[in-house]
Amino acid sequence: MSTAAFTLPAVRSNSFARTLRIFLTEARYEFVRLLRTRAFSLAVIGFPVIFYLFFGLIMNRGEHIGSVSVAKYMLGSYAVFGMVGAALFGIGGGLASEFSTGWLELKRASPMPPFAYLVAKCCSAAGFGLVIVSILTLMAITIAHVSITLPEYAQMMALTLVGTIPFACLGMVIALLVPFNATPGVINMVYLPMSFCGGLWMPIMLLPHWLQKFALVLPTYHLSQLVLGCFGYGTAGSAISHWLGLLGFTLVMLGIAAIAYRRLEQNS
Amino acid sequence: MSAVLDPIQAIPSATTAAAVASLSRITKRYANGVVALDDLSLTLHRSEIVALLGPNGAGKSTAVKLLMGLSAPTSGAVRIFDGDPRHASTRLRTGVMLQVGKAPEMLRVREHINIFRGYYPNPVPYADLVRAAGLEGIESRMFGQLSGGQKQRALFALALAGNPDLVFLDEPTVGLDIEARRGMWAEIRSLAARGKTVLLTTHYLEEADALAHRIIVINKGRVICEGTPAEVKSLGSATTGASTSRTLKIIRCVTEVSIPTLLSIPGVTTAGLASGITVISSTEPERTLRELLALDQTLHSLEVQSPALEDAFLALTNN
Repeated sequence: MSTAAFTLPAVRSNSFARTLRIFLTEARYEFVRLLRTRAFSLAVIGFPVIFYLFFGLIMNRGEHIGSVSVAKYMLGSYAVFGMVGAALFGIGGGLASEFSTGWLELKRASPMPPFAYLVAKCCSAAGFGLVIVSILTLMAITIAHVSITLPEYAQMMALTLVGTIPFACLGMVIALLVPFNATPGVINMVYLPMSFCGGLWMPIMLLPHWLQKFALVLPTYHLSQLVLGCFGYGTAGSAISHWLGLLGFTLVMLGIAAIAYRRLEQNS
Repeated sequence: MSAVLDPIQAIPSATTAAAVASLSRITKRYANGVVALDDLSLTLHRSEIVALLGPNGAGKSTAVKLLMGLSAPTSGAVRIFDGDPRHASTRLRTGVMLQVGKAPEMLRVREHINIFRGYYPNPVPYADLVRAAGLEGIESRMFGQLSGGQKQRALFALALAGNPDLVFLDEPTVGLDIEARRGMWAEIRSLAARGKTVLLTTHYLEEADALAHRIIVINKGRVICEGTPAEVKSLGSATTGASTSRTLKIIRCVTEVSIPTLLSIPGVTTAGLASGITVISSTEPERTLRELLALDQTLHSLEVQSPALEDAFLALTNN
Protein backbone atom coordinates (compact mmCIF):
# COMPACT_ATOMS: atom_id res chain seq x y z
CA MET A 1 0.00 0.00 0.00
CA SER A 2 2.68 2.43 1.07
CA THR A 3 4.83 1.53 -1.94
CA ALA A 4 1.94 2.36 -4.25
CA ALA A 5 1.57 5.73 -2.57
CA PHE A 6 5.27 6.41 -3.03
CA THR A 7 5.67 5.19 -6.59
CA LEU A 8 2.74 7.08 -8.02
CA PRO A 9 4.24 10.59 -7.68
CA ALA A 10 7.54 9.20 -8.96
CA VAL A 11 5.82 7.93 -12.10
CA ARG A 12 4.11 11.29 -12.58
CA SER A 13 7.28 13.34 -12.26
CA ASN A 14 8.98 10.83 -14.54
CA SER A 15 6.37 11.36 -17.23
CA PHE A 16 6.57 15.13 -16.72
CA ALA A 17 10.32 14.99 -17.26
CA ARG A 18 9.76 12.91 -20.39
CA THR A 19 7.20 15.38 -21.72
CA LEU A 20 9.56 18.25 -21.08
CA ARG A 21 12.33 16.36 -22.86
CA ILE A 22 10.04 15.75 -25.84
CA PHE A 23 9.33 19.50 -26.09
CA LEU A 24 13.03 20.35 -25.92
CA THR A 25 14.10 17.68 -28.42
CA GLU A 26 11.36 18.65 -30.82
CA ALA A 27 12.31 22.35 -30.65
CA ARG A 28 16.03 21.65 -30.96
CA TYR A 29 15.69 19.49 -34.06
CA GLU A 30 13.19 21.82 -35.67
CA PHE A 31 15.74 24.63 -35.31
CA VAL A 32 18.54 22.42 -36.66
CA ARG A 33 16.35 21.36 -39.57
CA LEU A 34 15.54 24.97 -40.50
CA LEU A 35 19.18 25.97 -40.20
CA ARG A 36 20.21 23.16 -42.55
CA THR A 37 17.47 24.06 -45.02
CA ARG A 38 19.47 26.71 -46.86
CA ALA A 39 16.53 27.91 -48.92
CA PHE A 40 14.95 28.94 -45.64
CA SER A 41 17.86 30.09 -43.49
CA LEU A 42 19.66 32.13 -46.15
CA ALA A 43 16.52 33.91 -47.34
CA VAL A 44 15.04 34.59 -43.95
CA ILE A 45 18.29 35.96 -42.50
CA GLY A 46 19.61 37.46 -45.75
CA PHE A 47 16.66 39.63 -46.75
CA PRO A 48 16.40 41.81 -43.64
CA VAL A 49 20.20 42.07 -43.49
CA ILE A 50 20.49 43.26 -47.10
CA PHE A 51 17.48 45.57 -46.83
CA TYR A 52 18.82 47.13 -43.66
CA LEU A 53 22.25 47.48 -45.19
CA PHE A 54 20.90 49.41 -48.21
CA PHE A 55 18.06 51.44 -46.77
CA GLY A 56 19.12 51.84 -43.17
CA LEU A 57 22.88 52.09 -43.39
CA ILE A 58 24.14 53.03 -46.87
CA MET A 59 21.39 55.51 -47.77
CA ASN A 60 20.92 57.11 -44.37
CA ARG A 61 24.19 56.64 -42.55
CA GLY A 62 24.62 59.09 -39.71
CA GLU A 63 21.52 61.07 -40.68
CA HIS A 64 19.23 62.46 -38.04
CA ILE A 65 15.72 63.81 -38.33
CA GLY A 66 15.31 65.98 -35.28
CA SER A 67 16.59 63.85 -32.42
CA VAL A 68 15.83 60.59 -34.23
CA SER A 69 18.76 58.63 -35.63
CA VAL A 70 17.55 57.22 -38.96
CA ALA A 71 19.81 54.16 -38.73
CA LYS A 72 18.50 53.38 -35.25
CA TYR A 73 14.88 53.96 -36.26
CA MET A 74 15.33 51.63 -39.23
CA LEU A 75 16.97 49.03 -36.98
CA GLY A 76 13.70 48.85 -35.08
CA SER A 77 11.55 48.47 -38.15
CA TYR A 78 13.82 46.03 -40.02
CA ALA A 79 14.16 43.94 -36.88
CA VAL A 80 10.39 43.51 -36.99
CA PHE A 81 10.55 42.81 -40.74
CA GLY A 82 13.09 40.04 -40.01
CA MET A 83 11.27 38.35 -37.16
CA VAL A 84 7.95 38.42 -39.02
CA GLY A 85 9.57 36.72 -42.04
CA ALA A 86 11.07 34.00 -39.85
CA ALA A 87 7.71 33.35 -38.19
CA LEU A 88 5.63 33.33 -41.38
CA PHE A 89 7.97 31.19 -43.47
CA GLY A 90 9.18 28.99 -40.61
CA ILE A 91 5.72 28.02 -39.43
CA GLY A 92 3.58 28.56 -42.52
CA GLY A 93 6.03 26.91 -44.92
CA GLY A 94 7.01 24.04 -42.63
CA LEU A 95 3.49 23.21 -41.52
CA ALA A 96 2.07 23.33 -45.06
CA SER A 97 4.71 20.95 -46.36
CA GLU A 98 4.46 18.49 -43.48
CA PHE A 99 0.71 18.61 -43.70
CA SER A 100 0.60 17.83 -47.40
CA THR A 101 3.15 14.98 -47.31
CA GLY A 102 1.46 13.07 -44.51
CA TRP A 103 4.34 13.59 -42.08
CA LEU A 104 2.07 15.49 -39.70
CA GLU A 105 -0.31 12.52 -39.74
CA LEU A 106 2.48 10.18 -38.68
CA LYS A 107 3.41 12.58 -35.89
CA ARG A 108 -0.22 12.79 -34.77
CA ALA A 109 -0.47 9.01 -34.66
CA SER A 110 2.62 8.89 -32.43
CA PRO A 111 2.50 9.60 -28.68
CA MET A 112 4.06 13.04 -29.24
CA PRO A 113 1.95 15.67 -27.43
CA PRO A 114 0.41 17.65 -30.33
CA PHE A 115 1.26 20.90 -28.58
CA ALA A 116 4.97 20.00 -28.67
CA TYR A 117 4.87 20.17 -32.44
CA LEU A 118 3.49 23.72 -32.54
CA VAL A 119 5.63 24.95 -29.67
CA ALA A 120 8.74 23.58 -31.39
CA LYS A 121 7.90 25.41 -34.58
CA CYS A 122 7.15 28.62 -32.71
CA CYS A 123 10.36 28.44 -30.65
CA SER A 124 12.49 27.77 -33.72
CA ALA A 125 11.02 30.77 -35.51
CA ALA A 126 11.65 32.87 -32.41
CA GLY A 127 15.22 31.54 -32.38
CA PHE A 128 15.71 32.74 -35.93
CA GLY A 129 14.15 36.06 -34.94
CA LEU A 130 16.75 36.44 -32.14
CA VAL A 131 19.58 35.69 -34.58
CA ILE A 132 18.28 38.20 -37.14
CA VAL A 133 17.74 40.98 -34.59
CA SER A 134 21.20 40.38 -33.12
CA ILE A 135 22.88 40.57 -36.53
CA LEU A 136 21.03 43.79 -37.40
CA THR A 137 21.97 45.31 -34.04
CA LEU A 138 25.61 44.38 -34.56
CA MET A 139 25.52 46.01 -38.01
CA ALA A 140 23.96 49.18 -36.60
CA ILE A 141 26.62 49.44 -33.90
CA THR A 142 29.63 48.66 -36.09
CA ILE A 143 28.68 50.33 -39.38
CA ALA A 144 26.53 53.29 -38.34
CA HIS A 145 27.93 53.70 -34.80
CA VAL A 146 24.42 53.68 -33.42
CA SER A 147 24.44 53.60 -29.64
CA ILE A 148 22.25 50.89 -28.18
CA THR A 149 22.11 50.27 -24.47
CA LEU A 150 21.92 46.81 -23.00
CA PRO A 151 18.36 47.32 -21.69
CA GLU A 152 17.27 48.43 -25.17
CA TYR A 153 18.77 45.27 -26.68
CA ALA A 154 17.21 43.09 -23.99
CA GLN A 155 13.80 44.65 -24.63
CA MET A 156 14.16 43.94 -28.36
CA MET A 157 15.00 40.32 -27.60
CA ALA A 158 11.99 39.95 -25.33
CA LEU A 159 9.72 41.53 -27.94
CA THR A 160 11.09 39.12 -30.55
CA LEU A 161 10.13 36.14 -28.41
CA VAL A 162 6.61 37.39 -27.76
CA GLY A 163 6.15 39.06 -31.15
CA THR A 164 6.72 35.78 -32.97
CA ILE A 165 3.46 34.35 -31.59
CA PRO A 166 0.88 36.41 -33.56
CA PHE A 167 2.77 35.80 -36.81
CA ALA A 168 3.18 32.12 -36.03
CA CYS A 169 -0.61 31.98 -35.75
CA LEU A 170 -0.98 33.82 -39.07
CA GLY A 171 1.45 31.35 -40.67
CA MET A 172 -0.62 28.47 -39.28
CA VAL A 173 -3.81 29.93 -40.77
CA ILE A 174 -2.17 30.28 -44.19
CA ALA A 175 -0.86 26.70 -44.03
CA LEU A 176 -4.33 25.39 -43.16
CA LEU A 177 -6.25 27.39 -45.75
CA VAL A 178 -3.97 27.52 -48.78
CA PRO A 179 -2.97 24.55 -50.96
CA PHE A 180 0.62 23.50 -50.31
CA ASN A 181 2.04 24.59 -53.68
CA ALA A 182 0.67 28.08 -53.29
CA THR A 183 1.89 28.63 -49.73
CA PRO A 184 5.20 30.50 -50.39
CA GLY A 185 3.47 32.80 -52.87
CA VAL A 186 0.59 33.55 -50.55
CA ILE A 187 2.94 34.15 -47.62
CA ASN A 188 4.82 36.73 -49.70
CA MET A 189 1.55 38.32 -50.78
CA VAL A 190 0.66 38.78 -47.13
CA TYR A 191 4.14 39.47 -45.76
CA LEU A 192 5.32 42.23 -48.10
CA PRO A 193 2.19 44.43 -48.22
CA MET A 194 1.76 43.97 -44.48
CA SER A 195 5.34 45.14 -43.94
CA PHE A 196 4.92 48.22 -46.12
CA CYS A 197 1.54 49.21 -44.71
CA GLY A 198 2.67 48.58 -41.14
CA GLY A 199 5.47 51.11 -41.57
CA LEU A 200 8.40 48.68 -41.64
CA TRP A 201 9.98 50.05 -44.81
CA MET A 202 8.98 53.65 -44.49
CA PRO A 203 8.07 55.41 -41.22
CA ILE A 204 4.35 55.17 -40.65
CA MET A 205 3.87 58.95 -40.50
CA LEU A 206 5.10 59.28 -44.09
CA LEU A 207 2.33 57.02 -45.36
CA PRO A 208 -1.00 58.47 -46.65
CA HIS A 209 -3.47 59.25 -43.92
CA TRP A 210 -5.93 56.49 -44.85
CA LEU A 211 -3.12 53.91 -44.80
CA GLN A 212 -2.18 55.05 -41.31
CA LYS A 213 -5.76 54.32 -40.27
CA PHE A 214 -5.66 50.94 -41.98
CA ALA A 215 -2.42 50.09 -40.16
CA LEU A 216 -4.38 49.85 -36.90
CA VAL A 217 -5.55 46.35 -37.87
CA LEU A 218 -2.04 45.21 -38.83
CA PRO A 219 0.06 43.31 -36.28
CA THR A 220 3.21 44.58 -38.03
CA TYR A 221 2.23 48.13 -37.09
CA HIS A 222 1.63 47.30 -33.44
CA LEU A 223 4.79 45.23 -33.06
CA SER A 224 6.97 47.85 -34.77
CA GLN A 225 5.55 50.60 -32.54
CA LEU A 226 6.42 48.49 -29.49
CA VAL A 227 9.97 47.87 -30.73
CA LEU A 228 10.46 51.54 -31.65
CA GLY A 229 9.07 52.34 -28.20
CA CYS A 230 12.18 50.65 -26.73
CA PHE A 231 14.22 53.49 -28.28
CA GLY A 232 11.66 56.15 -27.38
CA TYR A 233 10.72 56.41 -31.07
CA GLY A 234 7.11 55.27 -30.82
CA THR A 235 4.95 57.72 -32.75
CA ALA A 236 1.35 56.83 -32.17
CA GLY A 237 -0.85 55.07 -29.67
CA SER A 238 -0.04 53.80 -26.19
CA ALA A 239 1.90 50.63 -25.45
CA ILE A 240 -1.30 49.13 -24.02
CA SER A 241 -3.17 49.76 -27.26
CA HIS A 242 -0.41 47.98 -29.22
CA TRP A 243 -0.40 44.99 -26.89
CA LEU A 244 -4.16 44.76 -27.20
CA GLY A 245 -3.83 45.02 -30.98
CA LEU A 246 -1.42 42.06 -31.03
CA LEU A 247 -3.54 40.05 -28.62
CA GLY A 248 -6.70 40.68 -30.64
CA PHE A 249 -4.99 39.67 -33.88
CA THR A 250 -3.64 36.50 -32.25
CA LEU A 251 -7.07 35.49 -30.97
CA VAL A 252 -8.69 36.07 -34.35
CA MET A 253 -6.01 33.94 -36.04
CA LEU A 254 -6.39 31.15 -33.48
CA GLY A 255 -10.14 31.20 -34.03
CA ILE A 256 -9.77 30.90 -37.80
CA ALA A 257 -7.16 28.17 -37.40
CA ALA A 258 -9.46 26.18 -35.12
CA ILE A 259 -12.34 26.38 -37.60
CA ALA A 260 -10.11 25.51 -40.56
CA TYR A 261 -8.58 22.58 -38.69
CA ARG A 262 -11.96 21.19 -37.70
CA ARG A 263 -13.13 21.46 -41.30
CA LEU A 264 -10.08 19.56 -42.52
CA GLU A 265 -10.50 16.91 -39.84
CA GLN A 266 -14.10 16.26 -40.81
CA ASN A 267 -12.96 15.52 -44.33
CA SER A 268 -10.20 13.15 -43.32
CA MET B 1 -6.83 -20.43 -1.03
CA SER B 2 -7.49 -22.10 -4.32
CA ALA B 3 -10.72 -20.15 -4.62
CA VAL B 4 -8.63 -16.98 -4.50
CA LEU B 5 -6.04 -18.26 -6.96
CA ASP B 6 -8.41 -19.58 -9.57
CA PRO B 7 -9.66 -16.26 -10.93
CA ILE B 8 -6.07 -15.04 -11.12
CA GLN B 9 -5.03 -18.07 -13.14
CA ALA B 10 -7.98 -17.48 -15.39
CA ILE B 11 -6.71 -14.04 -16.34
CA PRO B 12 -4.00 -15.02 -18.85
CA SER B 13 -6.36 -17.08 -21.00
CA ALA B 14 -8.96 -14.32 -20.79
CA THR B 15 -6.48 -11.69 -21.99
CA THR B 16 -5.17 -13.80 -24.87
CA ALA B 17 -8.71 -14.30 -26.07
CA ALA B 18 -9.49 -10.60 -25.69
CA ALA B 19 -9.20 -8.43 -28.72
CA VAL B 20 -6.14 -6.21 -29.07
CA ALA B 21 -8.06 -3.90 -31.35
CA SER B 22 -11.53 -3.83 -32.76
CA LEU B 23 -13.82 -1.89 -35.00
CA SER B 24 -17.45 -2.66 -34.20
CA ARG B 25 -20.23 -1.79 -36.59
CA ILE B 26 -18.39 1.22 -37.94
CA THR B 27 -19.97 3.58 -40.40
CA LYS B 28 -17.89 6.47 -41.64
CA ARG B 29 -19.53 9.13 -43.73
CA TYR B 30 -17.41 12.06 -44.83
CA ALA B 31 -18.68 15.64 -44.90
CA ASN B 32 -18.99 15.42 -48.70
CA GLY B 33 -21.45 12.53 -48.31
CA VAL B 34 -19.12 9.72 -49.36
CA VAL B 35 -19.66 6.61 -47.25
CA ALA B 36 -16.20 5.11 -46.79
CA LEU B 37 -17.15 2.39 -44.33
CA ASP B 38 -20.54 0.77 -44.10
CA ASP B 39 -21.29 -1.23 -40.95
CA LEU B 40 -17.81 -2.69 -40.87
CA SER B 41 -16.51 -4.81 -38.00
CA LEU B 42 -13.13 -6.38 -37.54
CA THR B 43 -11.04 -7.64 -34.66
CA LEU B 44 -7.29 -8.08 -34.20
CA HIS B 45 -5.88 -10.57 -31.72
CA ARG B 46 -2.61 -10.92 -29.91
CA SER B 47 0.30 -12.39 -31.80
CA GLU B 48 -1.25 -12.35 -35.23
CA ILE B 49 -0.43 -10.73 -38.53
CA VAL B 50 -3.55 -9.54 -40.31
CA ALA B 51 -3.52 -8.27 -43.88
CA LEU B 52 -6.17 -5.82 -44.94
CA LEU B 53 -6.77 -6.12 -48.67
CA GLY B 54 -9.03 -4.26 -51.00
CA PRO B 55 -8.99 -2.29 -54.22
CA ASN B 56 -8.24 1.43 -54.15
CA GLY B 57 -11.05 3.34 -52.48
CA ALA B 58 -12.35 0.25 -50.67
CA GLY B 59 -12.01 1.90 -47.28
CA LYS B 60 -8.70 0.38 -46.13
CA SER B 61 -7.02 3.63 -45.21
CA THR B 62 -10.17 4.94 -43.53
CA ALA B 63 -10.29 1.81 -41.38
CA VAL B 64 -6.63 2.16 -40.46
CA LYS B 65 -7.05 5.88 -39.68
CA LEU B 66 -9.88 5.05 -37.30
CA LEU B 67 -7.74 2.46 -35.55
CA MET B 68 -4.91 4.98 -35.22
CA GLY B 69 -7.31 7.51 -33.70
CA LEU B 70 -6.73 10.03 -36.49
CA SER B 71 -10.38 10.12 -37.42
CA ALA B 72 -13.66 9.55 -35.62
CA PRO B 73 -16.40 7.22 -36.88
CA THR B 74 -19.87 8.51 -37.77
CA SER B 75 -21.24 5.59 -35.77
CA GLY B 76 -19.83 2.49 -34.12
CA ALA B 77 -16.99 1.94 -31.66
CA VAL B 78 -13.22 1.77 -32.00
CA ARG B 79 -11.33 0.09 -29.17
CA ILE B 80 -7.58 -0.44 -28.82
CA PHE B 81 -6.39 -2.36 -25.74
CA ASP B 82 -9.84 -1.67 -24.33
CA GLY B 83 -9.17 2.05 -24.58
CA ASP B 84 -9.78 5.00 -26.82
CA PRO B 85 -7.28 5.07 -29.72
CA ARG B 86 -6.91 8.83 -29.27
CA HIS B 87 -5.57 8.57 -25.71
CA ALA B 88 -1.87 9.08 -25.19
CA SER B 89 -1.71 5.89 -23.10
CA THR B 90 -3.02 3.90 -26.09
CA ARG B 91 -0.60 5.55 -28.49
CA LEU B 92 2.30 4.54 -26.25
CA ARG B 93 1.48 0.93 -27.13
CA THR B 94 1.08 1.37 -30.88
CA GLY B 95 3.55 1.97 -33.66
CA VAL B 96 2.66 3.37 -37.05
CA MET B 97 4.22 3.25 -40.48
CA LEU B 98 2.35 5.35 -43.03
CA GLN B 99 2.92 6.17 -46.66
CA VAL B 100 4.73 9.44 -46.16
CA GLY B 101 5.51 11.49 -49.24
CA LYS B 102 8.35 13.29 -47.54
CA ALA B 103 9.72 13.21 -44.03
CA PRO B 104 11.72 16.27 -42.98
CA GLU B 105 14.66 15.87 -45.32
CA MET B 106 17.30 17.82 -43.48
CA LEU B 107 17.40 15.58 -40.44
CA ARG B 108 19.67 12.55 -40.24
CA VAL B 109 18.32 9.01 -39.94
CA ARG B 110 19.83 8.82 -36.45
CA GLU B 111 18.12 12.04 -35.40
CA HIS B 112 14.72 10.93 -36.68
CA ILE B 113 15.03 7.64 -34.81
CA ASN B 114 16.06 9.28 -31.57
CA ILE B 115 13.25 11.83 -31.77
CA PHE B 116 10.72 8.97 -32.01
CA ARG B 117 12.44 6.88 -29.34
CA GLY B 118 12.07 9.88 -27.05
CA TYR B 119 8.26 9.71 -27.28
CA TYR B 120 8.16 6.40 -25.41
CA PRO B 121 9.06 5.56 -21.81
CA ASN B 122 10.73 2.25 -22.74
CA PRO B 123 12.03 2.53 -26.30
CA VAL B 124 13.89 -0.19 -28.16
CA PRO B 125 17.66 0.29 -27.77
CA TYR B 126 19.01 2.36 -30.64
CA ALA B 127 21.41 -0.31 -31.92
CA ASP B 128 18.69 -2.99 -31.97
CA LEU B 129 16.39 -0.73 -33.91
CA VAL B 130 19.03 0.07 -36.52
CA ARG B 131 19.77 -3.62 -36.94
CA ALA B 132 16.09 -4.63 -37.16
CA ALA B 133 15.39 -2.07 -39.87
CA GLY B 134 18.66 -2.72 -41.70
CA LEU B 135 19.91 0.86 -41.41
CA GLU B 136 23.53 0.11 -40.56
CA GLY B 137 25.87 2.45 -42.39
CA ILE B 138 23.29 5.02 -43.42
CA GLU B 139 22.48 6.38 -39.97
CA SER B 140 24.30 9.66 -40.60
CA ARG B 141 22.64 10.36 -43.92
CA MET B 142 20.03 13.05 -44.27
CA PHE B 143 16.59 11.59 -44.82
CA GLY B 144 16.38 13.49 -48.11
CA GLN B 145 19.43 11.64 -49.45
CA LEU B 146 17.98 8.17 -48.94
CA SER B 147 16.70 5.95 -51.74
CA GLY B 148 13.05 4.94 -51.76
CA GLY B 149 13.77 1.61 -50.09
CA GLN B 150 16.01 3.16 -47.47
CA LYS B 151 13.27 5.66 -46.63
CA GLN B 152 10.82 2.81 -46.13
CA ARG B 153 13.27 1.09 -43.79
CA ALA B 154 13.81 4.28 -41.81
CA LEU B 155 10.04 4.71 -41.44
CA PHE B 156 9.82 1.07 -40.35
CA ALA B 157 12.35 1.84 -37.61
CA LEU B 158 10.18 4.76 -36.43
CA ALA B 159 7.16 2.43 -36.19
CA LEU B 160 9.10 0.01 -33.98
CA ALA B 161 10.85 2.68 -31.88
CA GLY B 162 8.57 2.37 -28.87
CA ASN B 163 8.54 -1.45 -28.72
CA PRO B 164 4.79 -1.32 -29.47
CA ASP B 165 2.31 -4.15 -28.89
CA LEU B 166 0.29 -3.22 -31.96
CA VAL B 167 1.90 -2.13 -35.21
CA PHE B 168 0.16 -0.61 -38.24
CA LEU B 169 2.12 -1.03 -41.45
CA ASP B 170 0.80 0.67 -44.55
CA GLU B 171 2.48 -0.73 -47.68
CA PRO B 172 5.69 -1.42 -45.75
CA THR B 173 7.76 -2.96 -48.55
CA VAL B 174 7.03 -0.54 -51.40
CA GLY B 175 10.28 0.21 -53.21
CA LEU B 176 12.31 -2.45 -51.43
CA ASP B 177 14.52 -4.85 -53.36
CA ILE B 178 13.92 -8.57 -52.90
CA GLU B 179 16.53 -9.03 -50.22
CA ALA B 180 15.37 -6.06 -48.16
CA ARG B 181 11.77 -7.22 -48.53
CA ARG B 182 12.65 -10.67 -47.19
CA GLY B 183 14.49 -8.99 -44.32
CA MET B 184 11.48 -6.91 -43.41
CA TRP B 185 9.19 -9.93 -43.65
CA ALA B 186 11.41 -11.81 -41.21
CA GLU B 187 11.27 -8.83 -38.87
CA ILE B 188 7.47 -8.64 -39.10
CA ARG B 189 7.19 -12.38 -38.39
CA SER B 190 9.42 -12.05 -35.37
CA LEU B 191 7.16 -9.28 -34.06
CA ALA B 192 4.22 -11.66 -34.11
CA ALA B 193 6.34 -14.41 -32.59
CA ARG B 194 7.04 -12.07 -29.66
CA GLY B 195 3.31 -11.62 -29.06
CA LYS B 196 2.84 -8.37 -31.00
CA THR B 197 -0.07 -7.75 -33.33
CA VAL B 198 0.56 -6.48 -36.84
CA LEU B 199 -2.02 -4.96 -39.17
CA LEU B 200 -0.70 -4.80 -42.69
CA THR B 201 -2.16 -3.14 -45.74
CA THR B 202 -0.50 -4.06 -48.97
CA HIS B 203 -0.94 -4.15 -52.71
CA TYR B 204 1.44 -7.09 -53.01
CA LEU B 205 -0.84 -10.09 -52.67
CA GLU B 206 2.21 -12.31 -52.56
CA GLU B 207 3.18 -10.43 -49.40
CA ALA B 208 -0.19 -10.99 -47.75
CA ASP B 209 0.01 -14.65 -48.74
CA ALA B 210 3.49 -15.08 -47.31
CA LEU B 211 3.04 -13.09 -44.10
CA ALA B 212 -0.53 -12.98 -42.91
CA HIS B 213 -2.15 -15.43 -40.53
CA ARG B 214 -5.44 -13.93 -41.52
CA ILE B 215 -6.61 -11.88 -44.49
CA ILE B 216 -9.53 -9.49 -44.41
CA VAL B 217 -10.77 -8.44 -47.83
CA ILE B 218 -12.85 -5.29 -47.89
CA ASN B 219 -14.65 -3.65 -50.75
CA LYS B 220 -16.98 -0.66 -50.83
CA GLY B 221 -16.63 -0.21 -47.09
CA ARG B 222 -17.67 -3.74 -46.13
CA VAL B 223 -15.83 -6.90 -45.17
CA ILE B 224 -16.47 -9.31 -48.00
CA CYS B 225 -14.36 -12.17 -46.80
CA GLU B 226 -12.07 -13.10 -43.96
CA GLY B 227 -9.90 -16.11 -43.25
CA THR B 228 -6.48 -17.71 -43.64
CA PRO B 229 -4.80 -17.17 -47.02
CA ALA B 230 -5.84 -20.69 -48.05
CA GLU B 231 -9.45 -20.10 -47.06
CA VAL B 232 -9.60 -16.80 -48.92
CA LYS B 233 -8.20 -18.45 -52.05
CA SER B 234 -10.78 -21.22 -52.04
CA LEU B 235 -13.57 -18.73 -51.34
CA GLY B 236 -12.39 -16.77 -54.34
CA SER B 237 -12.58 -19.87 -56.51
CA ALA B 238 -16.02 -20.60 -55.12
CA THR B 239 -17.34 -17.30 -56.39
CA THR B 240 -16.11 -18.17 -59.88
CA GLY B 241 -18.59 -21.05 -60.00
CA ALA B 242 -16.85 -23.91 -58.23
CA SER B 243 -18.11 -25.38 -55.01
CA THR B 244 -16.32 -24.49 -51.79
CA SER B 245 -13.45 -26.86 -51.50
CA ARG B 246 -10.09 -26.63 -49.82
CA THR B 247 -8.46 -28.92 -52.41
CA LEU B 248 -9.17 -26.91 -55.52
CA LYS B 249 -6.24 -26.94 -57.98
CA ILE B 250 -5.61 -25.35 -61.32
CA ILE B 251 -4.34 -27.80 -63.98
CA ARG B 252 -2.65 -26.47 -67.10
CA CYS B 253 -1.54 -28.67 -69.98
CA VAL B 254 -1.50 -29.08 -73.73
CA THR B 255 -4.05 -31.74 -74.65
CA GLU B 256 -6.30 -32.78 -77.50
CA VAL B 257 -9.20 -33.69 -75.22
CA SER B 258 -12.17 -31.44 -75.99
CA ILE B 259 -13.68 -29.06 -73.48
CA PRO B 260 -17.03 -30.91 -73.18
CA THR B 261 -15.17 -34.15 -72.47
CA LEU B 262 -13.05 -32.41 -69.88
CA LEU B 263 -16.12 -31.05 -68.14
CA SER B 264 -17.51 -34.58 -67.85
CA ILE B 265 -14.44 -35.77 -65.91
CA PRO B 266 -15.21 -36.07 -62.15
CA GLY B 267 -14.03 -33.08 -60.09
CA VAL B 268 -13.65 -30.66 -62.99
CA THR B 269 -15.49 -27.41 -62.32
CA THR B 270 -14.28 -25.25 -65.18
CA ALA B 271 -12.29 -25.85 -68.34
CA GLY B 272 -11.11 -23.49 -71.02
CA LEU B 273 -8.57 -22.98 -73.74
CA ALA B 274 -6.22 -20.01 -73.66
CA SER B 275 -3.55 -19.59 -76.39
CA GLY B 276 -3.14 -23.33 -76.90
CA ILE B 277 -3.03 -24.20 -73.21
CA THR B 278 -5.97 -25.93 -71.61
CA VAL B 279 -6.79 -24.60 -68.15
CA ILE B 280 -8.87 -26.80 -65.87
CA SER B 281 -9.93 -26.24 -62.30
CA SER B 282 -10.71 -29.30 -60.29
CA THR B 283 -11.85 -30.06 -56.79
CA GLU B 284 -10.50 -33.61 -57.07
CA PRO B 285 -7.21 -32.99 -58.85
CA GLU B 286 -5.73 -36.50 -58.43
CA ARG B 287 -8.77 -38.22 -59.87
CA THR B 288 -9.05 -35.69 -62.69
CA LEU B 289 -5.41 -36.15 -63.60
CA ARG B 290 -5.64 -39.98 -63.65
CA GLU B 291 -8.57 -39.81 -66.07
CA LEU B 292 -6.96 -37.10 -68.15
CA LEU B 293 -3.67 -38.94 -68.58
CA ALA B 294 -5.53 -42.11 -69.55
CA LEU B 295 -7.56 -40.21 -72.16
CA ASP B 296 -4.61 -38.50 -73.85
CA GLN B 297 -1.24 -40.26 -74.20
CA THR B 298 0.26 -37.19 -75.93
CA LEU B 299 -0.60 -34.76 -73.15
CA HIS B 300 2.41 -32.56 -72.27
CA SER B 301 3.51 -29.34 -70.54
CA LEU B 302 1.57 -30.32 -67.43
CA GLU B 303 1.42 -27.90 -64.49
CA VAL B 304 -0.65 -28.19 -61.35
CA GLN B 305 -1.04 -25.09 -59.16
CA SER B 306 -2.96 -23.93 -56.18
CA PRO B 307 -5.20 -21.01 -57.06
CA ALA B 308 -3.30 -17.76 -56.50
CA LEU B 309 -4.47 -15.21 -53.99
CA GLU B 310 -4.51 -12.75 -56.85
CA ASP B 311 -7.19 -14.72 -58.69
CA ALA B 312 -9.24 -14.99 -55.53
CA PHE B 313 -8.85 -11.31 -54.84
CA LEU B 314 -9.98 -10.34 -58.32
CA ALA B 315 -12.92 -12.70 -58.16
CA LEU B 316 -13.99 -11.44 -54.74
CA THR B 317 -13.75 -7.75 -55.47
CA ASN B 318 -15.07 -7.89 -59.00
CA ASN B 319 -18.74 -7.21 -58.24
